[in-house]
Amino acid sequence: MQALKEDKVSMLDETDRRIILATQDGLPLERRPYDAVASKLGISAEEVMQRLRRMSDDGIIRRIAAVPNHYKLGYTANGMSVWNVPDEQVVALGKQVGALDFVSHCYRRPRHLPAWPYNLFAMVHATSREEALEKVDEIARLLGEYDRGHDVLFSRRILKKTGMRLTP
Amino acid sequence: MQLDAVDRQIINALQEGFPISDEPFTEVAEKLALDENELIARLERLLADKTLTRFGPMYQAERLGGAFTLVAMSVREDDFERVAEIVNSFPEVAHNYEREHHFNMWFVIATENPKHIDAVLTEIELDTGYSCYNMPKQDEYFVGLKLAV
Repeated sequence: MQALKEDKVSMLDETDRRIILATQDGLPLERRPYDAVASKLGISAEEVMQRLRRMSDDGIIRRIAAVPNHYKLGYTANGMSVWNVPDEQVVALGKQVGALDFVSHCYRRPRHLPAWPYNLFAMVHATSREEALEKVDEIARLLGEYDRGHDVLFSRRILKKTGMRLTP
Repeated sequence: MQLDAVDRQIINALQEGFPISDEPFTEVAEKLALDENELIARLERLLADKTLTRFGPMYQAERLGGAFTLVAMSVREDDFERVAEIVNSFPEVAHNYEREHHFNMWFVIATENPKHIDAVLTEIELDTGYSCYNMPKQDEYFVGLKLAV
C-alpha cells in the first residue's frame, strides 16, 4: 500500500497540483464550473476535466460531491464504533460495514494487545445516542459470529480541529 | 435553518456525486426536475448557512503526499487539560477529540514527510509522559456521508 501511495504521488504533476489548489475549497457555483477553473489556470476545460477524471480513477479524488454538516442536519450523536474481527475476514467485513448508510468512515487499524483488541473502525452518525447504539447493534448483527468484541466511543468534546490541506 | 423538500432532494443527490462534464449543473437539475438556476442558488444558500461544509472534489489527503495517523492516549482525568494543551500545541496535530473511554484522547497527526510521524510521537510522549498508541489506517473501506435528510 505504501508503494502504491508513492507511485500515485509521483504521478501528480504541476498542473495537477494547481488544479487541486484551485478546487480544494470547492467548485465554482457557475453553469460551467470546470470552464471557470480552467480559465483561472489558463488551460482548457477539457484538460481540467480529463485530469479530474484521471485523479478520480486513481483514487486521488474520492468523488466530487457535497459534504453535509452532520451537526446542522441533526446528526449530533457520533460514535466511533470499534470491532475485533478476524484478520482473514476484515476486508470483506469492512466493505459490508462501510456500505451501510449511517457509516461515514470505515477503516482497518492495528490492534495494540492487550489494551486495544480492535482492528476495524466505523464512524456511526445518528440523531440520538439511543439511535447510534441501535445502529451499532445493527453492525453487530451484520458481523454475526465474526464480532469477537466491540465498543463504541462517543465524542465528548472537540479539543482541536484544523484542516488538512495542500499548501501552495 | 429550515430545509424544505427540494433542499433535501439536492443534498441527498449531491452527496452521491457530481458529474464531470461541460454543464454538470444542467445534468443534475434535469435529473431532479429543477431549474438549473434554482439548483445553483440553493447550493449557494446551503453552503452559506453551513448546511453543507463543502462542495467539490474530495481529495484523499494521503495520496497528495502527506502522512497521517490516528493516535490514542489514556490520560488521567485530573491531568487531562494539561496534556490536551501540550498535544494541541503541536502544529502536526490536526484534530483532537475527547472521547468517553479509558482511551479518552484521540488525535490525528498529519505531516508532509511520512518519516516525521515517529519523531512527533516520541516528542509528544516525552512532553506529556503518556504513551501514544499509534493506529495508522491500514485499509479504507468507505469515506463519506450518505445521510438521509
